Parts: sequence; C-alpha cells; structure tokens
Amino acid sequence: MSDVTATLIPAGENSFRLGAYVGRGGYEAARKTILTMKPREVLEEVKKANLRGRGGAGFPAGSKWAFVPQADGRPKYLCVNADEGEPGTFKDRAIMTQDPHLLLEGILLTCYAVGIHTAFIYIRAEYEAIAQRLEAAIEEARQKGFLGPDIFGSGFGLDVLVHRGAGAYICGEETALLESIEGKRGMPRLKPPFPASVGLFRSPTVINNVETIANVPLIFRYGADWFVARGLPRDGGTRIFGVSGAVRKPGLYELPVGTPLGKIIYEWAGGPAEGQSIKAVVPGGLSAPFLTPEEIDVPMDYESLARAKSMLGSAGVIVIGDRTPIIDVLRIVARFYAHESCGQCTPCRIGTTWISKIADRIGAGAGTSGDLDLIRHLAEGMKAKTLCPMGDAAAFPVLSIVEKFGQELGEAISR
Amino acid sequence: MKFSLSAESARKVEELVRRYPRKEAALLPVLHVVQREKGFISPEAEEWIAATLGIPALQVREVLSFYTLLRRKTAGKYVIQVCRNISCYLAGAEDILKYLEIKLGVRAGATTPDGRYTLLAVECLGNCDHAPCLMVNDEDYGPVSKDAVDGIFMGLS
Repeated sequence: MSDVTATLIPAGENSFRLGAYVGRGGYEAARKTILTMKPREVLEEVKKANLRGRGGAGFPAGSKWAFVPQADGRPKYLCVNADEGEPGTFKDRAIMTQDPHLLLEGILLTCYAVGIHTAFIYIRAEYEAIAQRLEAAIEEARQKGFLGPDIFGSGFGLDVLVHRGAGAYICGEETALLESIEGKRGMPRLKPPFPASVGLFRSPTVINNVETIANVPLIFRYGADWFVARGLPRDGGTRIFGVSGAVRKPGLYELPVGTPLGKIIYEWAGGPAEGQSIKAVVPGGLSAPFLTPEEIDVPMDYESLARAKSMLGSAGVIVIGDRTPIIDVLRIVARFYAHESCGQCTPCRIGTTWISKIADRIGAGAGTSGDLDLIRHLAEGMKAKTLCPMGDAAAFPVLSIVEKFGQELGEAISR
Repeated sequence: MKFSLSAESARKVEELVRRYPRKEAALLPVLHVVQREKGFISPEAEEWIAATLGIPALQVREVLSFYTLLRRKTAGKYVIQVCRNISCYLAGAEDILKYLEIKLGVRAGATTPDGRYTLLAVECLGNCDHAPCLMVNDEDYGPVSKDAVDGIFMGLS
C-alpha cells in the first residue's frame, strides 16, 4: 500500500543517533562523493536530479548553487533555513528530530559542491530542544571526522553553527534571515543583488530549506535518475506533506511529488474529521490561496498548483471543515500577517493591519456592506508592492477567501 | 549597577564570539545566553553586550525590541505559549486559552502576581499535527485537552 518508503523521516526512538544513521548507510555517499568527485560534478548531479526548493518558492537547487561566483576571494556561506514558521508547516521539525545527520550530510555535500567552509542552521527559537539535538549531532559528526578541518582525510573542512532566531516569522524570508544572523532586526533586503552574489556579510551565500538539503544525500546514495523517477521529470523526489486541521489522521506523509491533494487527504490523512465535510483546503501553508472541495484533485507539484491559481509552498495542507465559519478563518489569517509584518513597507504594514481590523469587525457583527470591497482593494494594494514576498503571502489567502466564500462572508455582514 | 555573568555563561559568550566570523553576528546568541541566565535583558545587560561585541548600545536595543521572544522585563518561572493559529484554532485552541486565563487568573500576555507563570497567545508553533498545542518553557505539549492542561500543571515544581 505504501507509495514510497519513507526516507527523510526514519522511524525508531534512536534514529537520530550517529550510530543508527551510519547503520542506515549514512555518510557513505558523502565520503565516496568527496573522495572521488570534483565539486563541479557534484553540482551537475544535483542539477540532473531536478531537486527543487522545498521551502516555498521551488527554485531548482542546482541552479541556485551555480549562481555563486567561484574564487573571487570572499568566503562563501551556506544558510539552512530551519525557521519553519509558515502556519500548517511542521515537516522540518520531524527531519531534524528524527534524522539530524541526514541534514548534516546534505550540508556537507552542498558545501563541498559550492566550496563553502562555514554553514549556519538558522532555527526558530521555539525549536530549542531540536537546536540542542542538532548541536549534539554536530559534535558527534565532528568527533568521527565527518565535520571539522579535514573531512574523510580529503583536506576539505567545514564548520556548522546552529543559530537560534528569537520569534519572528519574517526571518524565514531569506534576506531577513541573513540580517538576523548578522545581528540585526530581521528586515528583508532589496533584491537584487541576490544572496548568491551578495549575501551573508556581503559574501556569496546559498540559502536552502532543511528539506531541500536533506534530500541531497539521497541523490548521491541512489543516483540522480532514481531521484527523478521518484517524483516528476521536472520536479524530482518526494515531498513531505504535513496534513493538519479537520482530518482523521493529521500527520506527515512522505509521498512522490505530484501526488494528488485529494488522495493525500482521503487515503493518507483518513478524510475529513468525524461528522464533517470539507469546506476549504489550504494546499501549501497559510500563504497559499485557499481551494474549494471541488478543486482538490490537483497534483501536488509547483506547476499544477500554479495552474489551479494556488501554490505548493511548504506543502503544509490545512483542511477546514464545514462547521467552521469562514469569517473565523479570515480573522486568523488576517491577524497572523498583521502580527508578523516587519513594518518596513507601507503597503504590508498598513494593509495587513486594516484587513485584520475589518475582519474582526465583521466577526463581531459590525461589518458594513463595503467591507469586502475594501478588503479586496487593500489586498490588491499589497500584491507585488513590497520588498519581500510577504505582501503577496498576506494578500493571496485573503483574496481567495473573499472570492470563493464571498457569499458566506456577505451573510456574516448582513446578519 | 555593574553587570556580570556567571562563569558558565561568560564562557559561552566567549566561545560564541570566537566561533562567529564577525563579533556582531553573535548578538542574538549572546542575548539568548544572557536572557537564559537573568530571565530578561536589563539596560545594564544591553550596555555590557554592546561593549563585548563592539557595537552601539542602540543596536542592541533595536534588535531586542524586534524579536517577540526577547524580553526587557522579567517573565514567570514558567512561560506558557499557547498556539492560536489556524490548525490549533480548528482543534479548539480558543477554549484552551480561555481555560488557562481562568485557571491562572491573568489574561494572555500577563504574568501571575506570584511570578510563577507567564501566559502568551502565540502564532504557529510548527506542531500542527498535535493541535491544539502549547509549550511550557522549551517543552512541547499536544494535543492538549483541559484535563491534559491540569496534568501538565501537576507536573510543574
């Protein structure tokens, strides 16, 4: 019945220990690769595997690495994004808890391919227990010579630091994350220049999500062709779909890229919760436009969801049951973005706050007939008008709720 | 009043400063070390951190006031973070939060008069398959019911 053997999140109480990881064949791929392949060949293999970013934007990892200028004298950095704050997303937590060495081996291979000697794992402060586990894993790996100044006797050296955030959703945005590591407020930078050329400490920097990096060892363990065959030709491998909300079996399901959303909800997550039917589904973290029950046959890959006018994002699936008033959902969505806006760009700072106030007003029974138009107007005013994607992230779900559930919202206003 | 850290914390700060490619980049981790020992970041601590990292005190304040988990005032012995985002809301987080407000006699955002508990309503904790979830200091709990909340409190010293 299993479509795929879980490879990113192993079961077992001690799966996180180095001994267990080595027992699963861990660090062998890195050893063989580093001792026998040139960095350029490593990068080409990742390109061939069509590994796309798992954080939300879906950019091909190999191409991202190839943008990094080589040998211009500046040090280069890798920042692993473990800030996991997108509501409905809880996959990186599981990878780091159950398989920290898989992430470290991925970091090792990535740094070897790009010529990086210092890597940061930027982890949200709420994951303190996981941060400690990562630090213990780094120490284990260092003692075995899998990290440190001379890895596998190859002469290649790498240091990995765990950097804790301090409570700010915006730091999951890549340039805000860099600012945060530099000891500043997490406020996104203007792009270009892109981090690949001007990143951390103004040096070339690769930034990838935890799940993206955790996939890299698999490409070298089993081959790029195997990796592509597990997913789609232009989007290789599996995704860890996190299903939460009104379903019978909330949880993480590692399945091929392109698995239909309906199948994930009904066959894996057990379908809607007892006594409920589905009202709406968020396919890829709260920033993704909402889908109606009629729209959930969509394959879960970047292109298919873009065609369905939503997005795969972080693949965090949130199912909303028919008993939940949609105005409550709108209020939570609006409050979240108003709370997390960094305040740098006016359209986002003001737009998110106003939308939240209007949603609360409707929820309190004091809505007026022009409220939905005003929300639409404010959300349109945030789209593509901010330094970072947060403006879009705040506008998309709101616009989709107003468009698809306008009737119910209208009833809430006139009630 | 002169600011000083325990030997253990001072050693941690030293190591952080040594390991980071630039001293100022150690600001967030150093703030965490200080807050873990003192419970909050006092003006004296701000000055000390600024001098240690060679940055203006204003930069310390600027960063300190941006991040929600850094505090300029003392918090309770137990900081309770209750998630109220969508997946937890769908699983009854509002009831859990109300229950805690009544049980502790304070609204979300406040600390009990005896200094034992700080209750916070927070956005997604990334534990959505355990909704409704909460954290007590660094410990995760979920899914929690009202009974489970009572059980958690029984276990606190």
